[in-house]
Amino acid sequence: MSILVNKNTRLLVQGITGHEGMFHTQQMVQYGTNVVAGVTPGKGGEWVLDGKVPVFDSVKVAVEVTGPNTSVIFVPARGAADAILEAADAGIELIICITEGVPVADMMRVRRFLDQRSVRLIGPNCPGLLTPGEAKVGIIPGSIAIPGNVGVVSRSGTLTYEVLAALRQSGMGSSTCVGIGGDPINGTSFVDVLELFEADPHTEKVVMIGEIGGSDEETAAEFIATRMTKPVAAFIAGQSAPPGKRMGHAGAIIEGGSGGAVEKIAALEAAGVRIAKHPEEIPNLLAA
Amino acid sequence: MKLHEYQSKSIFARYGVPIPRGRVAGIATEAKQIAEELGGRVIVKSQVLVGGRGKAGGIRLAKTPQEAEELATHILGMEIKGLKVRKVLIDEAVTIVKEIYLGITNDRAQRCPVMMASSEGGMEIEEVARKTPEKILKVAIDPLLGLRDFQARDLAVSMDLPKEHWKVFVNIAQGLWKAYQENDGTLAEINPLVITADNRLLALDGKMVIDDNALYRHLDLTETRDQDEEAPSEVEARKYGLSFIKLDGEIGCMVNGAGLAMATMDIIKLLGGTPANFLDIGGGASSEKVAAALRIILADRNVKAVLINIFGGITRGDEVARGILTAIQEVKPRVPMIVRLVGTNAEEGRRLLANSNLVTAETLVDAARKAIAISKGG
Repeated sequence: MSILVNKNTRLLVQGITGHEGMFHTQQMVQYGTNVVAGVTPGKGGEWVLDGKVPVFDSVKVAVEVTGPNTSVIFVPARGAADAILEAADAGIELIICITEGVPVADMMRVRRFLDQRSVRLIGPNCPGLLTPGEAKVGIIPGSIAIPGNVGVVSRSGTLTYEVLAALRQSGMGSSTCVGIGGDPINGTSFVDVLELFEADPHTEKVVMIGEIGGSDEETAAEFIATRMTKPVAAFIAGQSAPPGKRMGHAGAIIEGGSGGAVEKIAALEAAGVRIAKHPEEIPNLLAA
Repeated sequence: MKLHEYQSKSIFARYGVPIPRGRVAGIATEAKQIAEELGGRVIVKSQVLVGGRGKAGGIRLAKTPQEAEELATHILGMEIKGLKVRKVLIDEAVTIVKEIYLGITNDRAQRCPVMMASSEGGMEIEEVARKTPEKILKVAIDPLLGLRDFQARDLAVSMDLPKEHWKVFVNIAQGLWKAYQENDGTLAEINPLVITADNRLLALDGKMVIDDNALYRHLDLTETRDQDEEAPSEVEARKYGLSFIKLDGEIGCMVNGAGLAMATMDIIKLLGGTPANFLDIGGGASSEKVAAALRIILADRNVKAVLINIFGGITRGDEVARGILTAIQEVKPRVPMIVRLVGTNAEEGRRLLANSNLVTAETLVDAARKAIAISKGG
């Protein structure tokens, strides 16, 4: 019924005792996600959520005692890179980093390190994942989506909610919704998720929500054209954005012609993707 | 955060990159004095955070200290692409034999920093990149290993730099890389790096951009942030952790999340209206933030209507509603406001707003239509 997270997810929450960590752990547990433990250095031995979830000082010990297979990170930006590495070092195979504002140099080093082992990182600066009816890992409001056969992958947070709500309004549900995050260097790309949706027997259609900047959408278009059999609809945010006040030439030389909404839409259309003019149009494109 | 040329070059110099002798001046008499110290012939360079200074007449050669003072007087009164010149850099003038380009930035596709070099340095480097991309040489830098000497040497060899300069070039490349890495740069650029008539390599110009997310570990740099170079509204927005970009349209926008904020602007434009700004109040926005956002939007006299579009996730609708109410009391908006509130605690939020004088909307399209009609006097 899903990709990446489901009923068998055993979730660890890093930064569980913080303001955001606590609030969203509560929401995840209420949704039915199996939260097995939390980590906050210095708070090991405590229990949270009315004594239901044990807190540990380190991921290593939490893994030994409670056996999580997935970790979600609410640690502040200064400690986020370290938290990701700690989870990877302890053997967690799926790490979701919600934290926004992580320095890009930190992420480049983390990504290089993770690429050498079999760990999947989603985010940072992402809303996480939602497999409706089974598990919610992150901050996507659970009530806005119902189970179904549409796979959703997005670079944006709130724009994803907009699309999920529009789908629900039309009676459509989703298999899994994956927010990959909007940072320049992240763990999982559109192509990675599209590949999973293509292989998932319960996903029949895919919605992709992109935005200006980078060339991830162009790469995805190439993948869709050559490797995908399932229909894809997309929305690209930032069509009206003015060009940034740029300084220096290096960015322009590296990015060349890619990055703008026009180029992304052209590449996706050429790959057979239906493009929505605005998010509320997506259900119609999927139904047609 | 962008750094001025004089700031960038002084950072480069700390890492062993040779730069011309020179100092920055805020008044013309100071420029004269610096020129005298440097021996007469100097370049007077406007310090503004925008490209194309040379073409705008903001970089001039002075043959005497007297001329340096006159040029400084002239340049200090200039505006370049809307930015007022408040400082000039007075650098010793050197005779240029060759101009090289050397820069580092992050390549998203390769997920690592890339160093670029070209024997065709100078003002037309982007043109060179477009027309003759083979003349731009690139090496990917492993973020765990850093720039290796052989990579820098490869660049020197490939651009046919005379052998006698290889060693110094490698040192400059390493210096630029260390300046980039240790200061969390997202751009570090020397254009041009010149060979002088007396056969030295010298960084004549320098640019640096620092990753805003990493500024917490570079507090020395934050103190030098030049607020004069930014729109006052953008400075104010940053104080409250809001991400704001001013545009020229009539509909003020307050949205949570960058993607949704862009989509809101897109739909306004698609349906025939014009957005006055991009404003992302971020996740978990407090009522204080919301009030600040509204003040910033309404300070723009072009705004004829305000569209507030909140899809609560981390952000809670009731908190946003309280923020709106506080802001209305405080700011007394002179234009109609259209509010669309959905997601986390949205019902509570809508209840709080029920008695205020706001136009409500159910969907994004509905909200945009209403805002456009109002902005056009409908």
